[in-house]
Amino acid sequence: MMLVFGAAVIINRNPVASALSLVVSFLALAALFISLDAYFIGIIQVLVYAGAIMVLFLFIIMLLDLRAEELRKINWIASAGGLAVALALTVQIFSVVGSFQAAKQPFPPLARHVLSGAEGSTSDDVHRIGLLLFGNYNLPFQIIGIVILVATIGVVMLSRRETR
Amino acid sequence: MITLGDYLIVSGILFSIGFAGVMLRRNIIIILMALELMLNAANLSLVAFSRFHVDPSGAPNYNAQVFIFFIITVAAAEVAVGLAIVVALYRLRQTTNVEDITTLRF
Repeated sequence: MMLVFGAAVIINRNPVASALSLVVSFLALAALFISLDAYFIGIIQVLVYAGAIMVLFLFIIMLLDLRAEELRKINWIASAGGLAVALALTVQIFSVVGSFQAAKQPFPPLARHVLSGAEGSTSDDVHRIGLLLFGNYNLPFQIIGIVILVATIGVVMLSRRETR
Repeated sequence: MITLGDYLIVSGILFSIGFAGVMLRRNIIIILMALELMLNAANLSLVAFSRFHVDPSGAPNYNAQVFIFFIITVAAAEVAVGLAIVVALYRLRQTTNVEDITTLRF
């Protein structure tokens, strides 16, 4: 289902329909994350992607009042080239995964205490990710804060109307 | 039985869809959405490998999940900046089609 809606993002001619199928695709991806026992990442996926980023996309689409693209003369050579490269990439990924021995093994089971946290909560992976984030990865965490700050200032500078 | 390879193939197909989107579509906003799809394909394979690599205490490898946290943050910042550029460009040219914006073309 995720792949169907992911393809719909590309195929739809109307930007709003495209953005909405992207939401469904992200929700299905969050379900896949949760099926892989990554509850924190799944929830972050729903909150950040399906919530914040998609609202941003829809807001911009509505703000610019984009209509469905008119059928314009398609550059067939360029389109065929792009499609061929994408197909070649798919074939290569299939062959690499097919010849990868570890890919044929099922997932090893998780220990009991990982799935059920110490305090009887359902899962303690937020706790573990938090420990890593503020312990081992403290410096990258601060750098990411700077990145967000710079992005915010950049967006404000970009969208400021010239006042002269 | 679902294996690691299944998740990797789904991730690969998703990445290819995003790549085809970047190559084929002419609308900048759709191109940004396809970029998000590609980032998410990378996230999916990272989560699959994190779940596959169980350490001796029986926990999945959380380094990958911290990495995904960083990827999501950077993607959010990138989308914000990209959309601001699109808005500035639209104000200048009244179009979001990449074929109409060829000032830098050689």
